[in-house]
Amino acid sequence: MQDFAEAFRLAFHLVSQMDDELAAIIALSLRVSLTAVAISALIGLPLGALLATTRFRGRGGLLVLVNALMGLPPVVVGLLAYMMLSNAGPMGFLQLLYTPTAMIIAQAILITPIVTALSRQVLEDLNTEYAEQFASLSVPWATRVGALIVDARYGLLTVLLAGFGRAVAEVGAVIIVGGNIAHLTRVMTTAIALETSKGDLALALALGIVLLAIALSVNAAVMSLRLTAERTAHG
Amino acid sequence: MRNTVKLLATALTLGVAIAATTPAQAEDKSIIVQSTTSTQNSGLFDHILPMFEKATGIKVNVVAVGTGQAIKNAQNCDGDVLFVHAKAAEEKFVAEGYGVKRYDVMYNDFVIVGPPADAPGVAGSNDAAGSLKKIADAKATFASRGDDSGTHKKELSLWKAAGVDVKAASVDWYRETGSGMGATLNTGVGMGAYVLTDRATWISFKNKGDFKIAVEGDKALFNQYGIMQVKPEKCPNVKAAEGQSFIDWILGAEGQNAIKSYKIDGQQLFFPNADPGEMKQAG
Repeated sequence: MQDFAEAFRLAFHLVSQMDDELAAIIALSLRVSLTAVAISALIGLPLGALLATTRFRGRGGLLVLVNALMGLPPVVVGLLAYMMLSNAGPMGFLQLLYTPTAMIIAQAILITPIVTALSRQVLEDLNTEYAEQFASLSVPWATRVGALIVDARYGLLTVLLAGFGRAVAEVGAVIIVGGNIAHLTRVMTTAIALETSKGDLALALALGIVLLAIALSVNAAVMSLRLTAERTAHG
Repeated sequence: MRNTVKLLATALTLGVAIAATTPAQAEDKSIIVQSTTSTQNSGLFDHILPMFEKATGIKVNVVAVGTGQAIKNAQNCDGDVLFVHAKAAEEKFVAEGYGVKRYDVMYNDFVIVGPPADAPGVAGSNDAAGSLKKIADAKATFASRGDDSGTHKKELSLWKAAGVDVKAASVDWYRETGSGMGATLNTGVGMGAYVLTDRATWISFKNKGDFKIAVEGDKALFNQYGIMQVKPEKCPNVKAAEGQSFIDWILGAEGQNAIKSYKIDGQQLFFPNADPGEMKQAG
């Protein structure tokens, strides 16, 4: 397979040359997926905290449901979002189909269950650990949740990274609601799908390597952020 | 200690702010064209659209899917213009009141590509139905789009002409990939299966392996592309004026010459055949 060697050569070439088109595709990938992560955090973290710290009837069933929704197939999310946002659908009047916003919505739907379920687990474990102290000091609920989130921040950061990983890597949802329109809604994964269908496997793989490098950079950035924060805290 | 939380909060706010500002930057003059993978993957749009955009200032956003899905999307009012290649389905689209009027734009032809071993002995034939019959008799593997696309519809009509029931042969030697032209070609080359493809996609396809065109030149392999506007009465959000100017342009001398001038390795991929008489009515 000479395609492998060619792919690495091409990937290096793509990154070192970095034409405007590729830069725009990378920027859109990051914008869409990071925004989706932000939205899923705004919804998923409070929801996870609520599920972790409260007991109510039907909680067990809800946990099973949220955990199961982590396995939502992107193509199904894309289809649902398309049917909602289509001009023939209930939210067509918003004119969002084939825009980056539609892609953000689809990815946010996809990863909110992941953020909810995983943050619930992280916070619940810590809550169990702190249970006696909370009880002896009779800490109010809001303070308790605040303390849990602060103390579990690194775990939660990893949860958000898991959500980002899922979002930036999926193709099934964004290709349906975005349409893979050149210069408008084309992201890394849909570009890879397009080059594959053109039979340009080396270029497709090269784009895959670039996508991997982007994911690495985002994770490295978060890691260095964490290290800096730790150093400031202790210093 | 609290720094991470602060940074996290800042990142979230930033993300939401970016999201909130995105819809504002939408193009003022743009249309959505629902089209097929063959026109996109062959590079035709990359060649002709900049000329149209330069001439009119209207940005054309192409959604390239199979003809079946393109028609479905247009029926849902998710496009201004439909540009596909399945004449019967297009005429049905217009007859049912979804489209304004259908025009011929250009044509090329389908070819059957296959492995060099050529067990059924169809290489060099110009008889599509006869060759398919031979492929079926030899139980040579055939990869079908199976996705209700224009190419798939053409393929089914050819099997019918050959008198072969492919449904019965499914999984056995007849494999439906359920995906686009390129993906089906990748699969076909991978498993050594015969594939019906439009010539434009084949010429521009880069993963041919040792596959070659086996069958070509049959009149039944003619591949006509048509264009039509989505009806504003049915879909009030349709950008009728901008859509019409794209149709006028592509049927006019400029657009037809643009199509004619698109070549890969010296080979012309599409042959313009708009009817000038119809054109005047359209203008």
